[in-house]
Amino acid sequence: MQHFSPSGLSLPSPSRRTLLRGVGGAAVLGAGIPLLSACGGSGTASDPKTVTLGSKASDPVPKKAFADIYAAYQKKSGITVDVNTKDSNTFQEQINSYLQGTPDDVFTWFAGYRMQFFAAKGLATPIDDVWKTIGGNFPEAMHKLSKGEDGKYYFVPLYTYPWAIFYRKSVFKEKGYEVPTKWDDFVALCKQMKKDGLVPIAFGDKDAWPALGTFDQINFRANGYDFHVDLMAGKAAWTDAKVRKAFDLWAEILPYHQEGAVGRTWQDAAQTLASKKAGMYLLGTFVAQQFTNKADLDDLDFFAFPEIDPAYGQDTVEAPTDGFMMSKSPKNKAEAVKLLQYLGTPDAEDIYLKSDPSVVHASTKADTSSYTPLQKKAYDMISGAKSLTQFMDRDSRPDFTSTVMQPALQKFVRDPKGVDSLLSSIERQKKTIFASG
Amino acid sequence: MTTETTKETPEAAAVPPSGAAPAKKVPQGHRRLLTRRDRLTLGLMAGLPTILHVALVWVTALASIALAFTTWDGIGFDSIKWVGLQNFKELFEQNPQFWPAVQHNVIWFVVLILIPTPLGLFLAVQLDKKIRFSRVYQTAFFLPVVMSMAVIGFVWQLIYNPDTGLINSIIGANEPGKYIDWIGDPDLNLWAILVAASWRHAGYMMILYLAGLKGVDPSLREASALDGASEWQTFKNVIFPTLRPTNTVVLVVTIIEALRAFDLVFVFNKGAEGTELLSILVTNNIIGESSRIGYGSAIAVVLLLISLVVIIPYLVATFRKERRA
Repeated sequence: MQHFSPSGLSLPSPSRRTLLRGVGGAAVLGAGIPLLSACGGSGTASDPKTVTLGSKASDPVPKKAFADIYAAYQKKSGITVDVNTKDSNTFQEQINSYLQGTPDDVFTWFAGYRMQFFAAKGLATPIDDVWKTIGGNFPEAMHKLSKGEDGKYYFVPLYTYPWAIFYRKSVFKEKGYEVPTKWDDFVALCKQMKKDGLVPIAFGDKDAWPALGTFDQINFRANGYDFHVDLMAGKAAWTDAKVRKAFDLWAEILPYHQEGAVGRTWQDAAQTLASKKAGMYLLGTFVAQQFTNKADLDDLDFFAFPEIDPAYGQDTVEAPTDGFMMSKSPKNKAEAVKLLQYLGTPDAEDIYLKSDPSVVHASTKADTSSYTPLQKKAYDMISGAKSLTQFMDRDSRPDFTSTVMQPALQKFVRDPKGVDSLLSSIERQKKTIFASG
Repeated sequence: MTTETTKETPEAAAVPPSGAAPAKKVPQGHRRLLTRRDRLTLGLMAGLPTILHVALVWVTALASIALAFTTWDGIGFDSIKWVGLQNFKELFEQNPQFWPAVQHNVIWFVVLILIPTPLGLFLAVQLDKKIRFSRVYQTAFFLPVVMSMAVIGFVWQLIYNPDTGLINSIIGANEPGKYIDWIGDPDLNLWAILVAASWRHAGYMMILYLAGLKGVDPSLREASALDGASEWQTFKNVIFPTLRPTNTVVLVVTIIEALRAFDLVFVFNKGAEGTELLSILVTNNIIGESSRIGYGSAIAVVLLLISLVVIIPYLVATFRKERRA
């Protein structure tokens, strides 16, 4: 006679409960996390010989590279850097609550809008005093990248790397291809490669961010840096004819991209370049991680995305920059400032690059003699650039790029026909997101 | 039946303390029926779960409903702004992912109830016949249920990988011009994932039905056999009707599975076009830096309303039956 009320009642509750706990949990997160995070990181607060540092460098190579810097600093100054490393994705996802709680004195972060956002929210300390001593180490473009919207410095860059089109030297030599510098040459090369049985452009957009990089390149080549920045900042409209033009250009080369891109990871796409099945691949220099064979790695080369409008040439380089920021109320501010001053020196960058040679110095004063040819080229490309961009998800609001742009561009890559309705949908969603402050 | 035993457990746990009290020969009266220790234990046992329940279920649920009418980036409580129904308006009119997500949740339910559920029933009926190695089969079919959804998603996306996956390698669809993009193509990916979900769900349904079948009175089978009914007739007219209570549980469980579908898809392709689900939209909007907590909460409220639409009629029916009994 029990019917099914006991199990019936308790069975729906897991779903309802998990749902509500998830949703509501997130709601009270703002209140809860400060309490929780108060437990960690504050243990050594009163120690004047220690600076705490929150790190997102969880992969083995960068983790060791960063640890080497801190060890060198301790040797030099006698100050211990107490590092609190979190998984890279988790660190980024929790950054909101982390910075509102009791964050470490210094933390690793990205340059660009993603830095300015937290600076504007008052979650970071301006570090103009740090830049008084390190300012001379960096080129003008890095100064620009390190400032908040209020014109104060908030960021110390450590390393950077460019996005470019990668190719195998041996393949180009064997087939007699030439590096294209103009759009028409590029399209012609794609056609030729297709005729030769190669996949002209390797592509994998399963993670949804690689397509953002392709759009960035086409847009700032076709419409220039200034328009690109306005578009990213939500000032220019996505329904603008200029944006439409960028998408038309993209649609022109889309047939030469690897099929089934939305189901493929960038790692798998890189493998097709490594195995010489694909001719070119537009990505950051981290693509080299997939070239585990030394001979293949030596065969890897890249060129800048071809010129589309001669008015802008190839003057803009997408060069995401990583570095450090100071949290809103550091416990050991005096030492944190000194640490940041050290992190802004070429010495600190040298130590980092010794362990992680896939990136290049952010400083122009650093010693580049030990660079690989790939690094040398990347360095020249960045230091010769008139303007630097970061990457769409660093130059624009992360909520806009992740919830609107990523799905929209996946849709475009798969089916480039409905551009107009896609763009007006992006514009409508953009307006509400950027209006929410 | 299994459900009755679960009902009995809490009572069984509650009985010993009250039984122990008279043994101590505490003098008369219902006031002293429970010792102070008993009352403390009871208070803790009832109070603690109540506090947790209120804090984790009700407070958070109401908070998220309230937040659905605001915008909030999660930074400081003073940045919460009241916007009325704007989130919902935006959701219904502008979000290109919302209606597909609702549709996919519905498809998820329909597929689960039409394919793996009958399959689970079929397997259960076969295993109930005391065939050899019955335990081995049971374990094999139930194994996917024990595995975490994230693991299942990971395994299946390896199978579906367009370049190196098992399926495309076997049928030779991993070359330019012949690609079958199981993960990215919105006409295929939902069905590809539903195969994985069904694979798991069939095992789950099998165990539920097997438990139900074990409870069927053997004399019923005997009687129908004596009446000359064939195996199919026995099943259709005798066994299946007695499984009614199990069917109710199966229905509820399947609805829940369809509404909470998340982990499998998230691991598979993060809810790309073709596989959007309400739960994934909630997560994408709430988790992450500069999150849209108000907007995400609005989606969660929609999901809550859908759950209520399903749960309330069920509860009403259950209570009505109880009152009649």
